[in-house]
Amino acid sequence: MLTLYTRRRIANVVGLLVSILAMGFGLFWLCWILWTLLSHGLPALTPMVFTHMTPPPGSDGGLLNAIMGTMIMSVLGTLIGTPIGILAGTYLAEFGQRGWLAPVTRFINDILLSAPSIVIGLFVYEIYVVHVKHFSGWAGALALAIIVIPIVIRTTENMLRLVPNTLREAAAALGAPQWKIINFVTLRAARAGIITGVMLAIARISGETAPLLFTALNNQFWSSDINQPLANLPVVIFQFAMSPYEDWQKLAWAGALLITLSVLTLNILARVLFRQSATTH
Amino acid sequence: MNTEKNINPKVVVKNLNFFYGNLRALKDINLSIAEKMVTAFIGPSGCGKSTLLRTFNRMYQLYPKQRATGEIMLDGDNVLDPRHDLNMLRAKVGMVFQKPNPFPKSIYENVAYGPRIHGLARKKSDMDDIVASALQKAGLWNEVKDRLDAPGTGLSGGQQQRLCIARAVAVSPEVILMDEPCSALDPIATAKVEELIHELRANYTIVIVTHSMQQAARVSQRTAMFHLGELVEENDTDKMFTNPDDQRTQDYIMGRFG
Repeated sequence: MLTLYTRRRIANVVGLLVSILAMGFGLFWLCWILWTLLSHGLPALTPMVFTHMTPPPGSDGGLLNAIMGTMIMSVLGTLIGTPIGILAGTYLAEFGQRGWLAPVTRFINDILLSAPSIVIGLFVYEIYVVHVKHFSGWAGALALAIIVIPIVIRTTENMLRLVPNTLREAAAALGAPQWKIINFVTLRAARAGIITGVMLAIARISGETAPLLFTALNNQFWSSDINQPLANLPVVIFQFAMSPYEDWQKLAWAGALLITLSVLTLNILARVLFRQSATTH
Repeated sequence: MNTEKNINPKVVVKNLNFFYGNLRALKDINLSIAEKMVTAFIGPSGCGKSTLLRTFNRMYQLYPKQRATGEIMLDGDNVLDPRHDLNMLRAKVGMVFQKPNPFPKSIYENVAYGPRIHGLARKKSDMDDIVASALQKAGLWNEVKDRLDAPGTGLSGGQQQRLCIARAVAVSPEVILMDEPCSALDPIATAKVEELIHELRANYTIVIVTHSMQQAARVSQRTAMFHLGELVEENDTDKMFTNPDDQRTQDYIMGRFG
């Protein structure tokens, strides 16, 4: 008969072992993905990628138009989605304690947050693209904005709820009206967290393919007209990677690496920002 | 209530009841707060003394499920009347909290926040004067005058609490509510805050909630004793601590319960 202590030690070792194995299993795939991406993407990542347009099969080219298109639509989507998200999140956190509107909004926002992005693409296609009768950068930006909104709403509300009530009371006790308390005390205290949320939203939309397939589509040529179909990295990757042409496939790898690197950079930046704010408080 | 005729009431509480949801936390409170004196609220935890304090500036309104019925007359106006302007009320009735809660801003900005809201200074030099004077009244000026741009959160706990007092004083209130202002401070910082309360008494009506009997005896002229949401008795502090009318007050002060 083992003693209680020995049994607990064995259970501890077994538990630890299973956890490490599970972690190793997860990391293994992640590393494999990263390795494949780096080994295919790095050789393809030439200066030409940044200086030339997407080529027809069989000739040299780059991804300049796709990079520009992705940047334009991501920036527009963020610019449209962020203010709406922050305002709605502020409403939920600061005013949403009474009545039925806030709980309903929160519930719908949760649904939107987990909605498949292809649904959002189809939605914008149906309400916008069908009516103007052509694909366009605006439609793509709109679809991306709809993805940004629920993410920003959620993080804004969560971050504002983390602001201690004592801070609100301190401002209220001085006779500050509620809009001033929100603008100059609580939103400011939650600023870093909200910015982190926005950055994560940008990271998320910069790799979205499905919502752009039905909205911005693609463009072989240089175009900065947002009212026309706009090239973008995810759709180019989708198209080039599926093609039988080797130089297209190479460019797809380069594009995939680019997106991964920029998402990685954004994530690291968001973490650094959040940590800095945590230490200054 | 034999000394009632000697005091000049600044705040008069009439038939006040307070509810947290369905829980009745204050029961028919009737009480007068003397002008330019320190009134201490004592009583065991959960007796409603902080709750009562927070009705004086309607702080409870931040929270949806809390409500008060009855009247609180401040200079003859019922502050519980929804038509009574909340922000003007809070300009008149300042508050210092249990834990020091400076804004994550500079020392200067902490003190200037209230005057700025109420438009008390037209020029930068006026604001400088208000800030300096408030910090002097709070006994903090000499310690911070060379680093007004430093963050208020970087001060020690006792200094932060005096900064919060300066912040409240800067708005030129008539009443200052203090909710256990020394409970997070060490004895030396506590002594400084108590000394400050003595000085502030000349110009302000002060109500202080405290768990320390000694503190109540040291800083206050009037004391009100609460138990289970009721006002047990209210009288001159000297009388309360030497010869209270109610047995419960006697027992609480002697440390037999609470």
